[in-house]
Amino acid sequence: MSGEHLPMEGFPEHAKAALADPIQRQALRAATDLFRERRGSALQRAPAFETWRDEARAIKDDSLLRLDELLLEFERNATAKGVVVHWAEDGSQASQILIALCKERGIDRAAKSKSMTTEEISLNAALAAAGIAAIETDLGEWIIQLAGETPFHIVVPAIHKTRAQIGEILNAKTGVDRGATAKELTEAARVALREEFQKAGVGVSGANFAIAETGSILILENEGNARMCTTLPDLHVAFVGIEKVIPRLADLPVFLRLLPRSGTGQDLTTYQSILTGRKRDDESDGPRELHVVLLDNGRSKMLREEILRQSLACIRCGACLNACPVYQQVGGHAYGSVSPGPIGAVITPQLQDLHKARELPFASSLCGACRDVCPVKIDIPTLLLRLRKDLKEGGPGRAPAARSRLEAAVFAAWAFAMRGPFRYAAATFVARCLDRWLSPVLRRLPPLSRWTRGRTAPRLASRSFRSMWKEGL
Amino acid sequence: MNVALYVTCLVDQIQPSVGKAAVELLRHAGCAVTFDRAQTCCGQPACNSGYPSKAIALAKNVITSFERSGADALVLPSGSCAAQIRHYAGLFADEPRWRERALALSMRTHELSWYLVHRCGLRSAPGSFTGSVAWHDSCHGLRDLGLADEGRTLLRLVDGLCLVEIDAATDCCGFGGTFAVKHPELSVAIADRKLESIARAGVDVVTGGDVSCLMHLQTRLAAIGSKVRAVHFAELMTGAKRKTTPP
Repeated sequence: MSGEHLPMEGFPEHAKAALADPIQRQALRAATDLFRERRGSALQRAPAFETWRDEARAIKDDSLLRLDELLLEFERNATAKGVVVHWAEDGSQASQILIALCKERGIDRAAKSKSMTTEEISLNAALAAAGIAAIETDLGEWIIQLAGETPFHIVVPAIHKTRAQIGEILNAKTGVDRGATAKELTEAARVALREEFQKAGVGVSGANFAIAETGSILILENEGNARMCTTLPDLHVAFVGIEKVIPRLADLPVFLRLLPRSGTGQDLTTYQSILTGRKRDDESDGPRELHVVLLDNGRSKMLREEILRQSLACIRCGACLNACPVYQQVGGHAYGSVSPGPIGAVITPQLQDLHKARELPFASSLCGACRDVCPVKIDIPTLLLRLRKDLKEGGPGRAPAARSRLEAAVFAAWAFAMRGPFRYAAATFVARCLDRWLSPVLRRLPPLSRWTRGRTAPRLASRSFRSMWKEGL
Repeated sequence: MNVALYVTCLVDQIQPSVGKAAVELLRHAGCAVTFDRAQTCCGQPACNSGYPSKAIALAKNVITSFERSGADALVLPSGSCAAQIRHYAGLFADEPRWRERALALSMRTHELSWYLVHRCGLRSAPGSFTGSVAWHDSCHGLRDLGLADEGRTLLRLVDGLCLVEIDAATDCCGFGGTFAVKHPELSVAIADRKLESIARAGVDVVTGGDVSCLMHLQTRLAAIGSKVRAVHFAELMTGAKRKTTPP
């Protein structure tokens, strides 16, 4: 069973519901605090961090500008090493490629390592519909899969679960004691998952980077399960978003330094696997077949616009989620999108339907903490503002994706009233009268009725600054 | 130095005492202060809500008002509105001449604490304040304008004031403009996290450079019956507001 996302348009209600879940809030807070603290100390040990950020962003910008050329170079070099490269325009094409490979070989079991790209295309559901069982082997992902949920965080999918809740879930699956320690729970998972690696006919993974120069893919992980997935089964299929390609092997180190420090606060990820080609005849292990599915799924559309293009520089470290005051309070599920948090609010409306994702760009106080921690300096607040504009005013040749007549009228009236001192004086005079005489009524109407949920109503001063100034200051 | 004061609509209408304190501070620092009654709102609510086209006329109003003033700088008792004005050029992608005027204004637009420290070199405070105070780093001042210690530096000039550092100083207060009414519960939850840290520090006052954040925190503090008050730093420095009543 795989979980379903909440509808994205319900963010305001889902956020409110998440605030009413004290256990989840506590777990979320402890985890985001811990990651922020670890990131802080990892940065203390890395005085060149700022330089790395600029270097990494420059590599990403360069790669995105000549993505077509790099992808073909990747295909050429990977093919030369015995890799079969597939191109998928969308999620269903990508899933079908894997299903066809499994059917041809009579495979009905897949062991998966953690991959947000396969989450994005709902691969598990597509496999299940084709009669292929997919088992998540990253511990967090496995817990989420057993719980029938969707990942709560892009790096730490079960960040919202307490040890007690995990004990319940693993007890049902493996029989381990409900009150077992974290170590015992991990041990039970390890035993159960070992069997899955051996039974699986195909190992499925994502990739953090694809290297054009060598035709290699790189996978970062902390548990060793991705190594099992990509070496034990005879067939390995990797799903890679087209934005993951970088030019040279020499471009990689800066990302290997930035990503773990930003996301989990580690100086290095425990396992860094560069996979180049399938198993050669003189090698003793590795898959006999390696397929790489290059996925577009809306990415090439995102490349067109200069401002929005930078969203594709994201290396999925998760730092912006941990730093975001909204994510810290409501967590991942409330967003209803595969990628939650600030970067999710930027990517999802572009990759998917802007109208459907219309609430996400507004799920932010625009505090800018995300931009501060982003290892590739994505200007997330500016992107959110740009998406808000696309939603409300549209763009050149584009109709607004979520026009609200009432709201547009309110802003038009406000802009009218703010245009010039006389209108402003008249408008503020009316406001002052309303505030003085009709305050109890106003408090029952939006926006004040919403402000006063948990706050007292601000009152207008009896005299404005301008009238004080006029009388002499 | 000739300073054009942009008080912001919130200060003008809700907290005029902050504008008065800003005038006093600037004069204390040796500046000649002018105030143009043509000023209204900087347009930030429209830009943040997805209606930047509605902010264009307001931006032009701010630009022409400043040009008319002939002042050396436009100074605001708000990091958020200062950041909005600094970004005006983005509104004029199709109007190169306005874009240039916007850029010229952007270089002369400063948040009050920055201006007092870096341009005026303020060495003393005109008022005094007795009590312990925590500084709230407003997001736009901190992350957009790059303000760092200016506010704290100024508070250290105030006789009797005890500055206490809180662990959540740089965390968002949860206001976010229309965010506060679009997501009221969430906005309050974010404020509470900040207020927890303020309560732990046991201070009398939380201060900062933005009336918007402080109004948000003050109305929450009042709703939960806290004795802590949220007061703009200019008022603490001019000693004009030892006893505030919650709005």
